[in-house]
Amino acid sequence: MTIAPVHISPHAPAHSAGAVLDIRKLVVEFPTRRGILTAIRGIDLTIGRGEILGVVGESGAGKSLTGTAVIGLLESSGRVAEGEIHVCGRRIDNLPRREMQKLRGRTIGAIFQDPLTSLNPLLTVGDQLTETMRVHLPLSRAQAADRAIKLLQEVGIPSPELRITQYPHQFSGGMRQRVVIALALCAEPELVIADEPTTALDVSIQAQITALLKRVCRDRGTAMMLITHDMGVIAETADRVAVMYAGRIVEIGPVASIIRAPRHPYTKGLIGSIPSLTDRRERLVQIDGAMPRLNAMPSGCAFHPRCRYANEQCRNDRPPLLPAGTSEAACWHLDREEVSHVA
Amino acid sequence: MSLKEQPALTASDISCWFHLPQSWLDRTVLGKPSRMVKAVDGISFQIPRGTTFSIVGESGCGKSTVARMVVGLQAPTRGTFDFAAGRGRKGRLRTQMIFQDPFASLNPRWRVGDIIAEPIRELGLCDGAKETERRMHGLLDTVGLGSRDAGRYPHEFSGGQRQRISIARALAAEPEFLVCDEPTSALDVSVQAQILNLLADLQSDLGLTYLFISHNLSAVRHVSDRVAVMYLGRIVEEAPVEEIFDHPRHPYTKFLLSSVPNLLHPDRDRVPVAVDLPSPINPPPGCTYNPRCPLASDLCKMTAPDSSYLGATTIRCHRAAEARLS
Repeated sequence: MTIAPVHISPHAPAHSAGAVLDIRKLVVEFPTRRGILTAIRGIDLTIGRGEILGVVGESGAGKSLTGTAVIGLLESSGRVAEGEIHVCGRRIDNLPRREMQKLRGRTIGAIFQDPLTSLNPLLTVGDQLTETMRVHLPLSRAQAADRAIKLLQEVGIPSPELRITQYPHQFSGGMRQRVVIALALCAEPELVIADEPTTALDVSIQAQITALLKRVCRDRGTAMMLITHDMGVIAETADRVAVMYAGRIVEIGPVASIIRAPRHPYTKGLIGSIPSLTDRRERLVQIDGAMPRLNAMPSGCAFHPRCRYANEQCRNDRPPLLPAGTSEAACWHLDREEVSHVA
Repeated sequence: MSLKEQPALTASDISCWFHLPQSWLDRTVLGKPSRMVKAVDGISFQIPRGTTFSIVGESGCGKSTVARMVVGLQAPTRGTFDFAAGRGRKGRLRTQMIFQDPFASLNPRWRVGDIIAEPIRELGLCDGAKETERRMHGLLDTVGLGSRDAGRYPHEFSGGQRQRISIARALAAEPEFLVCDEPTSALDVSVQAQILNLLADLQSDLGLTYLFISHNLSAVRHVSDRVAVMYLGRIVEEAPVEEIFDHPRHPYTKFLLSSVPNLLHPDRDRVPVAVDLPSPINPPPGCTYNPRCPLASDLCKMTAPDSSYLGATTIRCHRAAEARLS
């Protein structure tokens, strides 16, 4: 069930050339007393209408920061130093705060990891939904309340008429996350940034939430950036996936090909380290070491200190994203036989 | 039964009930009776020496309460834990615990060396400061950290490294039995792989027995010998690891397994069943799983099932025979 749009938004037809989100050479820095820390070191990506782009990586890879930069909620110490962010053809990274505030919720919706802290504990769920809708859409109080009920129904909350009068603490974790999704969708955004939307939830509830996110994107044509560290969620939900390491995209491409035939040594390690549910291995593949710190970034390819194929070239020159089958990967060893096939 | 064959831990009919007092007004004016949460309700299991026993379940099923009772942080309301003879207090197996959150379980004002050396000093396991220090450095090496790390503070380490420090601290007491409560839940998958491999190495080198608590089914499959599935304070199915994963019998186990995304064969058109975990304060009558169970009959809604045995599996389900066929 979908809700009719309130007013005609300039929806581009599906698969049009204009991407909903277009990030070009984005660099995010944090100037500190001991020098500038560059957390995102130049990333390019696009998301089309109705597409779900998964962004994976270890903690500290810069995946959440990318999402935060798009929403325009970087901490005051951080700044977009270079590059551009376009949403629906409009450049948004240099907008004044007020303009950005209008966009947030209306054009870009956000879903965060912890549903309890994303909701106001002092307002009923219905008040939060209607308030958000009325800020962005020309609706009367009654119309907004009516839409709130329909939205809650759409995200799978039983007896929504009763539920809109309740407070967040009266909802379970999974139901709360549904409310957060409803809240992110209530002004019909073109783009939703979902930052670890299922990490705080049990697997059974995770399955419900990912199914819901997929349905919403398909039915409404919403573009979604799904940030998670869980490859399983990506495999079932996303259309394409970007693997991030140390502030850069190291591999990007269609989900199925990246999971079945990862090309970058880091992606291979990441996928190999996931214990399988169906067969038992004696030892898990492990990537030794840890991601470099921001103030001690290695020269050349940032992954070289942990990579078993590293050579002189890797230590000196940073590899660009090179075509590798259906995907692209940033590695000098893509033509090596043992790298290009799954171990 | 010889000492060697005696299980490391036998838990018999363990319950842990928490009293939930009503407010003063509700009690005196409205006369509401006080309520009980049966966090753990009559569970029994045995862990043979040198093996890994895992407990899985959703949040709120009582699995962490079991871990806390095993190490003595929580007293059981009913039932007993029988440990095999060992080096610990009262001649029992010496037990240590690894906690979920490596950020909260290390004292931020102590150097790592002191954190690890404390159990050695406290239990008098080494003679003199020199010997203690050598042992502490040996432990750091065992868990894959360097000697230099002894002088640093916990905040200087990443999550995975902190979990290694927790493991070193647990090993410092020379335990024979290790309770791991969600040891990798706060970690990235690549770091999780490092920690799971480390735990496996330690088990084969030191002959440790593990009680592994987790909600991560694929991690459980990787580490366990035997697995118990908990639901609302009860063990609904218990079996060797291959049985649980290859031939799940209980409808809940099947449901849990089907909820985990499969990396190589993703079910992209999944139609999930939308039922939330009932409140443990007011569990449904009969089999507590009946509101979610596709096989629930009238019997399931009236009486709680007892344990029955199917091969190597212990199961609590009225429809176990049918469940096996479906």
